[in-house]
Amino acid sequence: MSLIEVRNLVKKFPIRGGVLNRVVNNVHAVRGVTFDIASGETVGVVGESGCGKSTLGKCLIRLIEPTEGLVAYEGEEITGLSHSELMPYRRKMQIVFQDPYSSLNPRLTVQATLAEAIKLHGVVKQSGSAMDDYIDELMRQVGLRPDDKVKFPHEFSGGQRQRIGIARALSVRPDFIVADEPVSALDVSIQAQVLNLMKKLREELGLTMMFISHDLKVVEHFCDRVLVMYLGYVVEEVRTDDLDNTAQHPYTRALLGANPIDDPDDRRPLVILQGDVPSPINPPPGCPFAGRCPLVMDRCREKMPPLEVKNGAPVACWAVEDGKAPEPLTRAGSRSPASA
Amino acid sequence: MTDKTEPILRVQHLSTSFKTDRGLVTAVDDVCFEVMAGETLGIVGESGCGKTVTSKSVMRLLPEHITRYGKQSKILYKDFDILAAGEGEMRNVRGDKIAMIFQEPMTALNPVFTIGWQINEALKYHTKLNKRERRDRAVEMLRLVEIPNPEQRIKEYPHQLSGGMRQRVMIAIALCCEPDILIADEPTTALDVTIQAQILDLMNGLKEKFNTAIMLITHDLGVVATVCDRVMVMYAGRVIESGPVHDIFHNPQHPYTQALLGSIPKRGRKVQGAMLPTIPGIVPSLWELPDGCRFEARCPYTDAQRCVHEEPELAPGPDNRPVRCHYPIGSEKERPAKLTTGVTG
Repeated sequence: MSLIEVRNLVKKFPIRGGVLNRVVNNVHAVRGVTFDIASGETVGVVGESGCGKSTLGKCLIRLIEPTEGLVAYEGEEITGLSHSELMPYRRKMQIVFQDPYSSLNPRLTVQATLAEAIKLHGVVKQSGSAMDDYIDELMRQVGLRPDDKVKFPHEFSGGQRQRIGIARALSVRPDFIVADEPVSALDVSIQAQVLNLMKKLREELGLTMMFISHDLKVVEHFCDRVLVMYLGYVVEEVRTDDLDNTAQHPYTRALLGANPIDDPDDRRPLVILQGDVPSPINPPPGCPFAGRCPLVMDRCREKMPPLEVKNGAPVACWAVEDGKAPEPLTRAGSRSPASA
Repeated sequence: MTDKTEPILRVQHLSTSFKTDRGLVTAVDDVCFEVMAGETLGIVGESGCGKTVTSKSVMRLLPEHITRYGKQSKILYKDFDILAAGEGEMRNVRGDKIAMIFQEPMTALNPVFTIGWQINEALKYHTKLNKRERRDRAVEMLRLVEIPNPEQRIKEYPHQLSGGMRQRVMIAIALCCEPDILIADEPTTALDVTIQAQILDLMNGLKEKFNTAIMLITHDLGVVATVCDRVMVMYAGRVIESGPVHDIFHNPQHPYTQALLGSIPKRGRKVQGAMLPTIPGIVPSLWELPDGCRFEARCPYTDAQRCVHEEPELAPGPDNRPVRCHYPIGSEKERPAKLTTGVTG
């Protein structure tokens, strides 16, 4: 059964200007996104900066109010609930933020940070030894020393701070966690530590997760399924088991091809896309990827293709034909960056 | 490629320390390397390992009043002694002979001047071109880095450009005097992967065109594998291993290099439910460096004796490449008993 259902979710941020401070334009951050997350599943969201992936994650747990559309949790619609009606859902849905430096209050000890949510949601009713034990256990769970709970955030390293962020999310025993680029700010060796920790906790606690990242390597490793976003649209949903052979959308394939290979003997040229992502203010009509797409047709510039199942997986592209399985990914046809 | 030419940059026993409230702290400790013309040297390591301080020492961009270089430290560009040069002499070298691209294209450009003005500035100082020629050169450079519509773009300000375009402008400024050495400090870290591919492609093309030597500082091993010829791995201010890129990736000698390579998720080789191999612990603070090997506390191979008390020298390892380890991987020497690369963390 789906834990999370999202239907036609839209988020526009108004841009105000002029003497009367009227809405002069909109940033179209999320433009009609529909998907489900099954219980126990980890869904990745990838895309380049500005594609709306963080906005989508925050809309899901209503840290940002969606402009249109519907989000349901266990079949209950949560868009439209009042603040107090939403409270039980806030406990069930938590978030881990990207920046371990700015997402913790520098004036609160770790203990105080953790206790706040625990008390608010009544997970442990009273301060005192029960609360201390609970926090100690939480610290151990994320691989920190319980004695360190009296320290302030600045006394921890980046990786440790991200562990505190994870502990804070877990403190109210959620079922669903949105992880918004949780390892992007960390060094490679620390990144692996945090990813392993999240993987371990996910299995122990049976968490459902939405994992937002710009790094396809990490998403492929960590997630069961991935939503590929481009300028507010989900352009493809694909399982991560065999990305190179199952990815259909030209943008997904370009992303895969542009990722440097960790092998100096395999210097296949990187796939080079010309141009930049268009602005989300007044986005062009039709498919937003049309300007950079190698398979572009006239039709692409007129109408955005719907996300429909082709060859067994949802993809939004006019050029992808059903019944014609995608070719395995090659890097031919692009220019050579390394001819060493 | 390395045999053909003389080294264009020689860094010998570079030690860079900073005066601070807590005393002198050494960020780069006895680092030696050479860069040949037309070669890309990758300097790899995690934050705080000294890779940026190394590059800024070469450019002499560190604040002079708190920076101290070691007595034996020498940085030679051809025959020119960089550490002994006066500020005036350095000005002639910077931007002309050695140029630098910074990590953050959002902040490295001056927001109050046009793109054209900023390219012009370097040309005005280093060349004898007149105003018109400088403008033409600026347009030509922007065209070279594949910025569309360069005649218009030179009149625009940095905020009007996207991140990738700004990084191209940075590269255009760095290359407008055709420097012999280009130092690129995390040039693609702030960029999206499709833009990163564009920039790497561009840097490679320019290297071939001008035979520029490139010092590429990065923590991204994928980028290293894609563009570098040789690699130097740093840890806590020390060089711990160096060699041709192939050898570093396929035959790492230092446990840190091996662990670092292991800890990145591999593309296209997904194993369900697998944990990543990790390096336990964190990099030691430069204030509290151990007496022995700086990687000892995190090393899976430590013997808990010699490794703790005696810091290894950078010496040729079994693969005949420099490595700083008592028990380099692949050596005949008896390894200590604790010989598990087991998954931790």
